Amino acid sequence: MAKLGDIARVLRSKNSGPFELTLDCLFDNREYYERLKRSNAITKEAIARLYRIREDQVHQLVFYDQALGFKVTIAREVSSGSAGDRDVYGAQQHAPLMDLEVALEEG
Amino acid sequence: MSQDINILSPCGMLGYGFPEESFRRGMAQRVHAVVVDAGSTDGGPHKLGAGVSIVSRRAYKKDLEIILGACLPRKVPVIIGSAGGSGAKPHVEWTLDIIEEILRERGMSAKIAVIWADFAQERVLEALRQGKIVPMSPNIPLLTEQAIRETASIVGQMGHEPVLKALESGSEIIVCGRAYDPSPFAAVGLFHGKDPGLSYHLGKILECGALCAEPATTKDCILGTISDGHFTVRALSDCRACTPISVAAHTFYEKDHPYLLHGPGFMLDLESCTFTEPEPGVVRVSGSRFIPRDKTFIKLEGARLAAYRTFVIAGVRDPILLRKLEEVENAVIAQTKQYYPEIDERDYEIRFRNYGMNAVLGEREFEPFRGHEVGVLFEVVAKTQELASSICATLRSTFLHYGYEGRKSTAGNLAFPFAPSDIEFGPVYEFSVYHLMECRADDFPIEYRQGGVRNGEAG
Repeated sequence: MAKLGDIARVLRSKNSGPFELTLDCLFDNREYYERLKRSNAITKEAIARLYRIREDQVHQLVFYDQALGFKVTIAREVSSGSAGDRDVYGAQQHAPLMDLEVALEEG
Repeated sequence: MSQDINILSPCGMLGYGFPEESFRRGMAQRVHAVVVDAGSTDGGPHKLGAGVSIVSRRAYKKDLEIILGACLPRKVPVIIGSAGGSGAKPHVEWTLDIIEEILRERGMSAKIAVIWADFAQERVLEALRQGKIVPMSPNIPLLTEQAIRETASIVGQMGHEPVLKALESGSEIIVCGRAYDPSPFAAVGLFHGKDPGLSYHLGKILECGALCAEPATTKDCILGTISDGHFTVRALSDCRACTPISVAAHTFYEKDHPYLLHGPGFMLDLESCTFTEPEPGVVRVSGSRFIPRDKTFIKLEGARLAAYRTFVIAGVRDPILLRKLEEVENAVIAQTKQYYPEIDERDYEIRFRNYGMNAVLGEREFEPFRGHEVGVLFEVVAKTQELASSICATLRSTFLHYGYEGRKSTAGNLAFPFAPSDIEFGPVYEFSVYHLMECRADDFPIEYRQGGVRNGEAG
């Protein structure tokens, strides 16, 4: 088992427009990337559990091989900068994903 | 083979600043345009709603002085995207005022194109009635007549078309209202007959400054070169470099999908792109595909005034209070509400943010609290400023002296860093329009004017 935050080179969150939050996870090592992709640990269900949202609030979950990374886009509960928002840029919402434990099979 | 087109992007946001040395190194090439993005919705709805910028006038002018000072004498066109932060009329006028000041101070003159991106409420209402407006994502409410009427400032994101027209007219400075971030960059490639897929993909990379390099920053320059069949990017400072991974990874940035990008009138498909490094620090990209759409939809953005806020920041260090902090806060809210039975509870909201505990993630926080000190921010947002401040004052004094069970520190519960403790924030805005609207040919009108010192006028 490994924590996603320990094996990723970049793990970040940011607004994708004021109503969505996008999480990027990028590797600098093709082997880790391929093993993670094969592990099937990154699913809409896993993201929904981590972020305490419904699966239909996970708008995108896509792997992009050229960049050795995957992207997850979820609905924001409160739009950026409205009363009740906690993170206007959405820049500190990646911590739950960092803590995700993934089982990587041997390369 | 046609000539290579060089586009210099000084920084990711006009007013963020950049090393002059990097800029000069870029300008030493044959540069066909300097394009700089000035806008974003990332900072929230306040800039658009209040008609203000997120950078200071001083910093904005400082960046523009370097850019205009180098470009105008060399006849290199300067394009500013989403002027002033949000690209609405007050932001564009603020930008024009600063440009005019620089031109006059330096005794220079320039042909300026101004591309307006404002949309009158009547125009949007008409499109709504004709069924030509759709939400951007499933969690955005359908647009209503009431929401439009309550939104004083609505802008639309222009594509490359008006910018291209302004370039064809020989403009030396092009000030764009709100634009799709890559469009002002793409217009340069298209003006020189380059492939639209490459032009847009390069624009998407350049609009953030050196964020596609390592180490990444928005506060440094980047040079893009469009050839036939590919483009290249390179950093202009010795302290950072582009790599195939850093550039490919940037394609991800702040978009909902890693390789499908939706722009006004097209989709950009980057799935089959290749990223290579023909020489150290120079990344070559090819395979970007531009797929035109039948209809052009533009993204509308609007912000309305939603409430007024007053807030307090205070520290809590007492270990007994920390153990029951949220319980005490709820009791303080209840007592404050009880004190004002004559005020409708729907007219205000009270919120606590316990920094050090769970303020950033809220319900999503998974770590148990282990600290010895918490920064408490509490706010009241209400229909009027007077109401917000009155309720906040009651909330503060109630919290300060609240006698919770087991309390030993009977003199006060809060450490205020400032006097006075209560801060009037002013209006709070919210994005009330974030929808796609079918575009018309007369949207984004262009106005030409001569800026700076005119013939015969003293400098």
